Amino acid sequence: MMNIIVCIKQVPDTTELKIDPVTGTLIRKGVPSIMNPDDKNALEQALLIKDTVENANVTVLTMGPSQATEVLKEALAMGADRAILLSDRKFGGADTWATSETISAAIKKIGNYDIIFAGRQAIDGDTAQVGPQIAERLNIPQVTYVKNFKIENDKVVVERSLEDGYEVIEVQMPVLLTAIKELNEPRYMSINGIFKVFGEGKEVTETWGVDDIEVNLDHIGLKGSPTQVKKTFTPEVRSKGEMLEGDANTIAKNLLSNLKSRHII
Amino acid sequence: MDFSLNEQQKMVRKMMRDFTENEVKPIASETDETEIFPEETVNKMRKYGLLGMTVPIQYGGAGADELSYAIAVAELSRYCATTGVILSAHNSLSCWPILAYGNEYQKEKFLKPLATGEVLGAFALTESNAGTDAGAQQTTAVLDGDHYIINGSKIFITNGSKAGIYIIFAMTDRSAKTRGISAFIIEKGTPGFFIGKIERKMGIRGSATAELIFEDMRIPKENLLGKEGQGFKIAMQTLDGGRIGIAAQALGIAEGALDETIKYIKQREQFGRPISQFQAVQFNIAEMATKVEASRLLVHKAANAKQQNVPYSNYAAMAKLFAAEAAMEVTTKAVQLHGGYGYTKDYPVERMMRDAKITEIYEGTSEVQKMVIAANAINN
Repeated sequence: MMNIIVCIKQVPDTTELKIDPVTGTLIRKGVPSIMNPDDKNALEQALLIKDTVENANVTVLTMGPSQATEVLKEALAMGADRAILLSDRKFGGADTWATSETISAAIKKIGNYDIIFAGRQAIDGDTAQVGPQIAERLNIPQVTYVKNFKIENDKVVVERSLEDGYEVIEVQMPVLLTAIKELNEPRYMSINGIFKVFGEGKEVTETWGVDDIEVNLDHIGLKGSPTQVKKTFTPEVRSKGEMLEGDANTIAKNLLSNLKSRHII
Repeated sequence: MDFSLNEQQKMVRKMMRDFTENEVKPIASETDETEIFPEETVNKMRKYGLLGMTVPIQYGGAGADELSYAIAVAELSRYCATTGVILSAHNSLSCWPILAYGNEYQKEKFLKPLATGEVLGAFALTESNAGTDAGAQQTTAVLDGDHYIINGSKIFITNGSKAGIYIIFAMTDRSAKTRGISAFIIEKGTPGFFIGKIERKMGIRGSATAELIFEDMRIPKENLLGKEGQGFKIAMQTLDGGRIGIAAQALGIAEGALDETIKYIKQREQFGRPISQFQAVQFNIAEMATKVEASRLLVHKAANAKQQNVPYSNYAAMAKLFAAEAAMEVTTKAVQLHGGYGYTKDYPVERMMRDAKITEIYEGTSEVQKMVIAANAINN
């Protein structure tokens, strides 16, 4: 028996996102919402374990508005067993600190887990903080940037990606791992999944509010968030720069004199 | 009246868009060019439960509804009509008749491997002298003890060289004319069963269209599908459903051509502005979009009628007639709006135009659909 929890997030597809130049806020209208890409890799790894380990159980967990059930349903149609949405007005406006507080409280309630997977970071906030914070709050080991995963003799052996290579890390369960896209190729939903899981009037996801988990109200939502967003803006596009032309010698000479005249060297 | 898709249908559409974007679109042009059957894609369709999607779960299928299936065929055909027809011939023409007419033994033995996608299916009715006049079957089946001995040949069989299980039709009693036709299930590898000529086609070039030859082929009596003499009825009813698949394929081709054209006219500039700003171009787009939408409504109506078990033969014929002609018209306009570029292989619309043509021909020509529709309108 192995219990796996996967933390996922619904995010706007940032490849189609624009920022309003006047107000400096994100224009979300008409932008499709998707399962955060790294989270999909995290889910895929959990499902790969389920494909090979007998009695493995995959629970997906997300926090967000009711619309976020869409990504939970997608996860179920990909093969997850259980899906929980954390949704409550009191959770709203949370930064990473308050988010990890809420999610770890939910994980405590689920209980009895062996592996928690999360994506490295979400494409809307790019913080990469929530996964590690959850591990800290649960007081379990964590390995981030996982690009390879296997189970060996009741231990997890992973490759952790670094800028110039990777580390091989052996770690005891329970453990929290954050996935990067090199970890695997996520599967699609399957027709069998879609028709097994869903049906008319069938409630397939659970929703937990503030009363369903044990949290300190001062530590969640906007109130429990020490981070404040001052301003969102698009960096100004820089000018193209000056192109030097000619053969290599001429270019090198011109470059040198240019850099000198501007007191760069 | 609610025209919206239910939750499962929406999810199927989303799943299919992810799947086709990554798995089908990148090889569509190559499949056309090389005429190579897209084996890998078929394997992936098996993995994701597409091959027997409308077959009930108890027989290894996914238990999907007819509209979800039509959506799947259309989404595949949006990028690759070859892949669309492979799925359609498998589901509508091979799984369905066994589900509808097979006994428990046949469902266990033949429907299950088809529904799980273990083997591909094909349907063989057409002969060199029995096209629209499908009753003029020359293939014969003679009972000899516990076996039937089958002799004859079939042509233009989709999935013909790639299938493992075939539904074939043969005369068991020539004097009874169409009531003397019977349906049989046969397996690849049966002695006396040969694959003949593989057709080289104008469109849907990757779909493995083959000739089947039967020379003293002995098959067990248990492989008779339905009763002796029921074959023509089984064939016609199977084609009623198949037409929804082909209508969905035509819809997909037209949708694909419209998408490509809209993309093109926005970036193509002539006389100092994008050609999308010219009213002549806009009016063409308006006609194309309207035809696509009307096709979609007819396909959805036919699929829903089949799902709800109300007579759907007439709706299926209308959907196929209209969607096929719309696909031909929309793809022809798409090439026209692309100008010279549209005539080259650098853009997919010329392929779409070639692919569209077959939808007016197979599983009943447009003329056959008109016969069905007229008979229904006049006699009912």
